[in-house]
Amino acid sequence: MISTVLFYSFAAILLVAALGVITSRNPVHAALFLVLAFVQSAALWLLMEAEFLAIVLVLVYVGAVMVLLLFVVMMLDINVESMREGFTRYVWIGAVVALLVAVEIGHVVWFRSSGLQFLSTPAPFPADYSNTRELGSVLYTEHVYAFEIAAIILLLAIVAAITLTMRRRPGLKAQNVAKQVAVRREDRVRLVKMDPSKD
Amino acid sequence: MDWLVSMVADFELWLTAAWVALPEAVRFVLVALLKILVLIIPLIIAVAYFTYWERKIVGWIQNRIGPNRVGWQGVLQPFADVLKMQIKEVVVPANSNRFLFLAAPVVALVPALAVWAAVPMSEGFVIADINAGLLYILALTSMGVYGVILAGWSSNSKYAFLGAMRCAAQIVAYEIAMGFALVGVLMAGGSLNLGDIVRAQEGTSVLSWFVWPLFPLFLVYFISGVAETNRSPFDVAEGESEIVAGFHVEYGGIGFGLFFLAEYANMILITALTATFFLGGWLSPFAGVPGLADTWLALPSFGWLALKMGLFCFCFMWFRATFPRYRYDQIMRLGWKVFIPITIVWIAVEGVMAALEIGPWAAGV
Repeated sequence: MISTVLFYSFAAILLVAALGVITSRNPVHAALFLVLAFVQSAALWLLMEAEFLAIVLVLVYVGAVMVLLLFVVMMLDINVESMREGFTRYVWIGAVVALLVAVEIGHVVWFRSSGLQFLSTPAPFPADYSNTRELGSVLYTEHVYAFEIAAIILLLAIVAAITLTMRRRPGLKAQNVAKQVAVRREDRVRLVKMDPSKD
Repeated sequence: MDWLVSMVADFELWLTAAWVALPEAVRFVLVALLKILVLIIPLIIAVAYFTYWERKIVGWIQNRIGPNRVGWQGVLQPFADVLKMQIKEVVVPANSNRFLFLAAPVVALVPALAVWAAVPMSEGFVIADINAGLLYILALTSMGVYGVILAGWSSNSKYAFLGAMRCAAQIVAYEIAMGFALVGVLMAGGSLNLGDIVRAQEGTSVLSWFVWPLFPLFLVYFISGVAETNRSPFDVAEGESEIVAGFHVEYGGIGFGLFFLAEYANMILITALTATFFLGGWLSPFAGVPGLADTWLALPSFGWLALKMGLFCFCFMWFRATFPRYRYDQIMRLGWKVFIPITIVWIAVEGVMAALEIGPWAAGV
């Protein structure tokens, strides 16, 4: 009973937040609505006993990705009027895409999976069942090659992104920290001994 | 007096009957609420006295007296400060984003208090004994940055915005080093549950604490913790001498007070976590010393955790009184180019140690 109430309240807030993402005019508000949507879907996953995925969703998307996105959005000077100019011209493309997505979702939910087992509520796991341990043992044994290859691809993407954006402009002044740290007092200050002046 | 005794006894009977009659879920919620109160009220008092001791100790280090007017030796000073903040007017800047401006202090405070749910205080006392406790703590501390960003942006002030940007970049940078340091703790402890991590350090003596095999990670974790909470010498986000007060420059009264509470709660959290991960949490430093066995000195208790937390709290104050502020590019260099490589190298070293079965990985421990 309680979990049903929780499910519907989380789902309702999730829907409102998702609508807010696409309807709010201020891009910062849209980004914050997206954060709320992520947190709510994490709560929904928690209800489904997927606590590892839920916490990682908050950790990665809310804690890192959205912070960087907000960072960028806050520094942009977005002119809302010019963004809205082509609305009527592109609306039919948007409508077609939206229709396709809706049909696909309906297909998955009603036609392809009608009468299948996973539509009924699965039995809850015992209290000492560790979601994290189970995921880890599958990831590092059965799917270890796929996992490692995915890691290498991500690392490659990071290195590539940095090399593509790093430009060495001529005449750029930068500090050499090692040199700064190595400086001693004798390099900068000279103590002068002199007799006090007489007059 | 007899009637009083019988009345108390009757009341006790009635209370137990009422308690048993309550549904399971309600009882669970009541116990959880009570546990939260038992943790949060001492935490808030600790924050109040942290500020008092900070001013006193920094004062002594700098050859001053510190607060000594309110109460004996100024011990009532924090309460006077809280009262002052509460009766001040809440000023909302005219061109600010009103809703976000008022929500930002709450957004900063909620994760700072919620993290404490997974931190074990002693062998039996933890509000939520969850398996993925360490991940939960990482997730919630990473949410703390929203309060800062929202405050900086919604104030519609250049100083506040600059402070928020600096703060966010700094927190994101040091979170990575912190996370990697925790990977090392995870490898040694073999669990994500904080209670299990402490129990893994239970051994013959102080030597089985993780601080010895993981010493570089301990240093990286604590210094990253100082940077993560925007404390001196990494407090460029506040930077009084350049951007006034950083992200909370437009806040006065209780709005500022809530930011203050969140910041200090986060600092005390870092001390508790450092003690838990590296110094054996509630375990006694005198365990295994011959002659002290079975005395209170050798027994694990909350007092040891409090003592270790106090030690790190003192370090926070000591740093603040001693070091000049880091330059911004030096902070970034330290985080990205020094700490992250150290942690990665030490994780590899730990792998070798585990393969050779030394330290916490020794067979039979």
